[in-house]
Amino acid sequence: MTLKQFWHRLGSPKWFFHMSGPWQGAFAVLAVLLLLTGMTWGLAFAPPDYQQGNSFRIIYVHVPAAVLAQSVYLTLGVAGVLLLVWRMKMAQLVLENLVGFGAWMTALALFTGAVWGKPTWGTWWVFDGRTTSTLVLLFLYFGLYALRQAIPSREAAGRACALLAVVGVINIPVIKYSVEWWTTLHQGATFKLTEAPAMPASMWAPLLVNVLGAYCLFAANLIAKLRTAILRQEPGAAWVRDWAAGEVRP
Amino acid sequence: MHPKRRSRLMTVAFVLTGAAAAVALMLRAANENLNLFYPPDRVAGGAAPVGVGIRAGGMVLEGSVRRAADSLDVAFVLTDRQGSDFRVAYSGILPDLFREGQGILVRGQLGVDGVFQAEEVLAKHDETYMPPELMPLAQGAAGQGKGG
Repeated sequence: MTLKQFWHRLGSPKWFFHMSGPWQGAFAVLAVLLLLTGMTWGLAFAPPDYQQGNSFRIIYVHVPAAVLAQSVYLTLGVAGVLLLVWRMKMAQLVLENLVGFGAWMTALALFTGAVWGKPTWGTWWVFDGRTTSTLVLLFLYFGLYALRQAIPSREAAGRACALLAVVGVINIPVIKYSVEWWTTLHQGATFKLTEAPAMPASMWAPLLVNVLGAYCLFAANLIAKLRTAILRQEPGAAWVRDWAAGEVRP
Repeated sequence: MHPKRRSRLMTVAFVLTGAAAAVALMLRAANENLNLFYPPDRVAGGAAPVGVGIRAGGMVLEGSVRRAADSLDVAFVLTDRQGSDFRVAYSGILPDLFREGQGILVRGQLGVDGVFQAEEVLAKHDETYMPPELMPLAQGAAGQGKGG
């Protein structure tokens, strides 16, 4: 399959539906396995921190949630460009179905951050660069949801949301570099591309497993939502009827 | 690429670049206010305003913590380890992570005498995490030679 063929097929809901069935299950199984392993390992077996003791363990939920919150928004931004420029049908479905998951991950990152901040920093919340830009990210997700509800025409709502998603991507580097550009209460990045994490493998390995598990959860959730949306969008299509017949009476 | 798509791509790129430039300029203009706290060199150097509510931060200088015997009053020195430091006075319970060498944030007012009267003390920790049993090793490597 050439790149051009792949590109055209990617835009076809029918092709995506048939191709993605096995992937949904694989990602779901991987997500459960990785998250169960990583959470048990991190929350029960990884060593406590020399300063923070056991409250350090909230990193095993906080970092995966925060990483996903930003990755989901980047995905929305890419889908926004694909919809605005190439009018890709699948991009519209991604924009319609991914906002809730991203908002929940952002809320989880903010909540676990507050729970972690109280015993270590001494406060639930402080308006520093990192926390404020993450709060802005949550409001961007709320904005995407509200904008879709406010515009009755599906096509117009899709384009408006696409534009907001694309412009909102500017917030992602602000979140990432907030701890370097300004003085913040929040510590620096846990995982950096250029250097090893500043903790032993017994601490970062379970975190890495959790982050990978979180990405699998993201993929499984997105595929499941997209497949449902495709069926809802084309309930009477001949290929849907064939598929349903095949599934019900094999 | 189809000319129509090319023009739409240019529009999107233009909007994104414009919005990014606007945000960058706003962040640049507000840069000083986006900092959460004044580091020691700005407090000691007179850049921090006197008598207004501000936040300042630094590391607790080893051996500088003085506790009152009959109250919760505590005094310590925050330093950047690069020659600048300032004194802090506080009355209250310190966070669990407060210790010598730890990064600390104080909220309060800088007095005319150069002593920072803190109303709130927060502990800052970095992205270095370590199991307790590795602590003596790390301290040995850092050449501090103090037992954990």
